[in-house]
Formats: sequence, C-alpha cells, structure tokens
Amino acid sequence: MVYDAFIEVNLREGIADPQGSTIEKATANLGFEGVVNVRVGKCIRFQIEAENEVNASSVVQELCDRFLTNPVIEEAIIKIQVVE
Amino acid sequence: MSPNIGVIVFPGSNCEKDTIEALTDLGASPRLLWHADRDMGNVDAVIIPGGFAHGDYLRPGAIARFSPAMEAITNFAENGGPVLGICNGFQVLTEAGLLPGALQKNAGLKFLCQEVELRVENTNSVLTSQALEGQTLRIPINHFEGNYTCSDETLHELQIGHRIILKYSENPNGSVADIAGICNDNRNVVGLMPHPERACHTLLGSTDGRVLLKSFMEGAHAKV
Repeated sequence: MVYDAFIEVNLREGIADPQGSTIEKATANLGFEGVVNVRVGKCIRFQIEAENEVNASSVVQELCDRFLTNPVIEEAIIKIQVVE
Repeated sequence: MSPNIGVIVFPGSNCEKDTIEALTDLGASPRLLWHADRDMGNVDAVIIPGGFAHGDYLRPGAIARFSPAMEAITNFAENGGPVLGICNGFQVLTEAGLLPGALQKNAGLKFLCQEVELRVENTNSVLTSQALEGQTLRIPINHFEGNYTCSDETLHELQIGHRIILKYSENPNGSVADIAGICNDNRNVVGLMPHPERACHTLLGSTDGRVLLKSFMEGAHAKV
C-alpha cells in the first residue's frame, strides 16, 4: 500500500521561537488584536510504501526520531493516510 | 613534529581553506579530507570547518552527520582523538550527538557577522589548554543559527563538569548561559560558534584565535 505521510515539525514547548515572537509583534503592529502564542514550524510531506498503516507509522516515526527532527529542540506530529 | 590535521570538506563547507591557511601558518601539516571518505589517513586530529554543509537543508548539520566521514570521526573521538567543530562544524557535532544540545536561530533573527569578545572559562580542553582562565579573546562570529540551546539537565551537567569552555562577554545570539563553546566529557571533542581561524593574523584585525588553534595542535601532538 502507498500512504501519504504528513509531518508537522514544531519547536518543543519552552524552546524560544524567535520567528514566532517576531510574527506576533507584527500582527499587533498591523492592528490585529489578540493574536498570541505564535509558533512557527515546518511541514514535510512524502509518500511511503508499506504493508499496512502500522508499519508505515513506525517507519515514519523512526525517520522523525533519527533524521527529520532534532529531539533536543523539536517534536513531530505525524499523520498517515492511505492514498486513495 | 608538526601534527597532521584533517579538515573535513562537505558540499557547502566554505571555511576549510582559511582553516588550512591558519594551521599551516602555525606550523601544522593540515590537509583536506572529503566527507564521503571513511578513511581519514592516520591524521592526529580532525576539524569540521564552518560553512553550510549540504546547504543546511532540513537543519544545519542534519544531513552532514550521516556522511561516511562522521562514522570515522565518531570512532576517532571515542578513542580520544582531538575533534574540533567550528561554527557549522559545531552544529554538525551536536547533530551527531558528539556534543550535547542544539544550535537554533539567533534570538534577534539576524545573521551575525561581527567580532565578539569571548572569555576563557576553562583551560582543560583540547581547544583551550594554552589559554589562561579568564583571558578575553576577540574573535569573529558569522552565523544565523548560533543560539546554543539545551535542557536544564544538560546545562547542569555542562556546568558541574566545567565543560563550558568559552562564553560571550556580551551575548550576541541568545545562547543559554552565554555559551560560545563547550567540550565533551573526555575534553577531546570541542565545538564553538566563533571562528578562531579568522583571527590568526594582524591583517585580519586579531590574532586571538592563534592560542586556541595552538592548543588544538598541542592536543593533536599529544595524540601522536
């Protein structure tokens, strides 16, 4: 089966996010009120072949742990979906 | 005997020749090594120079850490071999797990290219053995991701182990505890964001980097 993998990489809670705070200040400067806790991450998408969803998830998880994120400062939210 | 020092070149490294020049001027016998080679040719010490290995894609050092040369460097370091990561090299060493913590975007979101003042915090490392504790050094920085970050536990370990070897006098990038350079437990693996190789000649405005590179050469010599 082929699965779509969608990975959202974010800075861990407590890790300062200079991009997020800069954007937050800019929203206020633009007149948007009440925009708080802006955090900036990145998304990585790819397709992966695996026997089933469990296998696909475990490979993607390992890929995130070893390569796609730096666990010291980042964490990943993984979504897997079978390609229709 | 002048120590043989290997300077690893990745696609995107850009400080390797400055490093070779500075080391040669100090009397070492440096040579370039290619990141895809596992064989380091019996060098006495290794430097990972500054630059943008693999374009810094994904994260600085994220791809470089899987290069064949990094396997060899990990073995070399485990056997006590002196290893120095300068700027991007520091980022590679943290990604490879040879040094703790991570380097993230500067707090001010600016690429910083300026001379800074450093304070030597500890002289028990391959990079600072010839310096004096408390000595100040003027050495340039040149980075966007030099903001040293680590967990509270890691910071505590670094502090009680006296592994913070260089601090900024005025923190330019938001680094935790003003950290500019650290070493591993065995004190043979060192990483720093400033560029000592760019402060080795009066023409460059400072010669304060020489004491650091000389220390490293001494460490390499001891390895011989």
